[in-house]
Amino acid sequence: MSTVTTQRVGRKRKQRKLLINELREREDLSEQAIDEFLAQHQAPLVEGAKCTFLFRGEVDEVWVKHRIVNQPQRVAMKRIPGFSLWWVVIELPEGSRVDYHLETRVGEHHSDFNDPLNPNLASSPLGSSSVAQAAGYTTPEWTQHDPQCRQGELHTIEFYSKALRRNTTSRVYLPARYRKTSTYPLLVVHDGDDYINHSAMRTVLDNLIHRLDMAETVVVFSNPGDRIREYPNYAAHARHITTELIPYVAERVPLIDRADARALMGASFGAVASFSVAYRNPEMFGSLILQSGSFVFTDIGNDHKGGPAFNPVVKFMNRYREKPTKVADNIYMSCGVYEELIVPNRSMVPVFEGAGMTVRYVEARDGHSWENWRDRLQDGLSWIYPGPQRFVYE
Amino acid sequence: MYMSAEPRITLLGPQRKPNLDEVVRELGMTGPIATINAGWQDREVDDTLLDSMLSGRSRNLGLWRRMQEIWDNDPEFTQADRDRRRTMVEMQELYLRGLDHATRALADIRDHVPRREWVRDSALKHAERVVRDLDTRHIDQVTRVYADFWERTAPHERPAIARARAEVAQQLADVEAVVMTGGDIRVLLNSLHLFNITPILANKPIIAWGAGAMALTERVVLFNDRATHGPTLAEVYAEGLGLVKNAVALPSARDRLNMSEKTRMATIARRFAPAQCLLLDAGAHVSVCDQGLIPAGSPILGADGAPTTSESLAAA
Repeated sequence: MSTVTTQRVGRKRKQRKLLINELREREDLSEQAIDEFLAQHQAPLVEGAKCTFLFRGEVDEVWVKHRIVNQPQRVAMKRIPGFSLWWVVIELPEGSRVDYHLETRVGEHHSDFNDPLNPNLASSPLGSSSVAQAAGYTTPEWTQHDPQCRQGELHTIEFYSKALRRNTTSRVYLPARYRKTSTYPLLVVHDGDDYINHSAMRTVLDNLIHRLDMAETVVVFSNPGDRIREYPNYAAHARHITTELIPYVAERVPLIDRADARALMGASFGAVASFSVAYRNPEMFGSLILQSGSFVFTDIGNDHKGGPAFNPVVKFMNRYREKPTKVADNIYMSCGVYEELIVPNRSMVPVFEGAGMTVRYVEARDGHSWENWRDRLQDGLSWIYPGPQRFVYE
Repeated sequence: MYMSAEPRITLLGPQRKPNLDEVVRELGMTGPIATINAGWQDREVDDTLLDSMLSGRSRNLGLWRRMQEIWDNDPEFTQADRDRRRTMVEMQELYLRGLDHATRALADIRDHVPRREWVRDSALKHAERVVRDLDTRHIDQVTRVYADFWERTAPHERPAIARARAEVAQQLADVEAVVMTGGDIRVLLNSLHLFNITPILANKPIIAWGAGAMALTERVVLFNDRATHGPTLAEVYAEGLGLVKNAVALPSARDRLNMSEKTRMATIARRFAPAQCLLLDAGAHVSVCDQGLIPAGSPILGADGAPTTSESLAAA
């Protein structure tokens, strides 16, 4: 990534001026003209690889604070002299999605907030961010509601977990053509309600199953209590999943009782939780979907820079890396290249493969967000539980 | 009325833009026509368009619904059938693993730059024979599993199945023809076997497409180059009803196969020879001859991997 604030001159091929430069060079520029400009265009302005970030307001300084690893995290905006509009052009590769905030300074006071001129938001376990969608990015159509598609059912199950010593609430997804006389593979999803609400997973399941991309599957969306305690390799959580939640569902829904028909899934700490549950029960699950796993480890020393929440993760990952074992047959891994977690994720691929597991690893020009995880669902779900496409002939 | 001199089996391309009504008219069929659309599964009842194409003369045999009723009412049979299907799934998986290795070896040998061409050609022939052997052994094993299943479960002695078979036979008795649609080939084949329809179909004019056309052949071959994760291997699945002989039905071939990969297409054509790979694309209309053979001029996959037409009857 690079940043530019001016147009290059003297090129052989004439390029169209950026909208921001046309605006700046207007002789009749006024606050009213800026109002009209902003009413006509949504920020950031995407023109080829160049994204123009905008801010309107009376402040002393403004920065774009993006979350792209190994790049300057704060990019200063410039003010059009005499006017209230600030701007900066950042080049973004085709198809990218970049999470960002804006930071302003007024005197000594700093504020950090989502871009008020951009309605696009990305959600993550850390909260929401504005998101810049570079040229070429399109929301996959299979994440959108399809009126032709039959919808599965979502049922809420609540019970007291002796393992976790708290009440638990999960949702059970039954595919549209669910029949008690059939048997189904099972997928247990960590941070279930977030996957439903921020990754459109119910819609995605309906669509993928309807289009024969994915096998008819029973999906259990489980939810954490104290996520920071329960998800990084917590024995009680593993017991809850394997001795309480899955048996509870299996008593009520016809499941295929085999490891290759059981899978775990999660993102960020949820990926660590999925991995650790499989690690503690190595014969139980055939497949894992691990998205942007928080697989932080240290090879030298103990300074992992992740804060106290990562201490149990690092301890667990270091122990696993010392003696890798097979925890499932197949692992689907995905990670955004703009995430800090890209390095540990890449590092784990050969470790998992070396332990005898089949790994499908996918990277995207994206960040640590539910939308990134949503966009990889088709690839991951149809890989672990392929649909019956090969059996259906019109 | 339908004239006996007309072709008994007519194979069509996919009916997304249906021409079934024209075909029925051309064949001079005016009486009731049985429909088998069990491959549509729970959408079996959604046959309004199909019925309109047949001028309201359709008689849906409801095989999928009947199969569900049997599964609901005969737990012992249901469990045995489930075991049989699981066995076949595992067999198919293991066959595919072997096939994957053999196919990759075949491609590896083909890519080898020969020092003596005859040496490479000989190795290629051996590797192709290994693939064909895998196919043959697999289909034999699948057939044995089916046979063992029918012997153990004795469906004709089970009241629910015997009753359903009799009802289906009665419905078929006075129809002029049978139409078999596309859908899930596994479900379609299972329902055809469960209700023992083959002997009746052997004497009825049939119009079929998609999975229906595949089910009529001797050997059902699965294929899909447009899968989410890339092309899948062409794989033999099971024996069909064997009413169409010496042909492998490839419905929507141009949509489902990457026909530009001539070398791979040629390998498919050679692999299933002497059977001819019948291309049933949109608009296809193949009138199968009395002996169950496809006629000259039928669209097939040529030995060079390019689409062509058959020159003469595909005799055994």
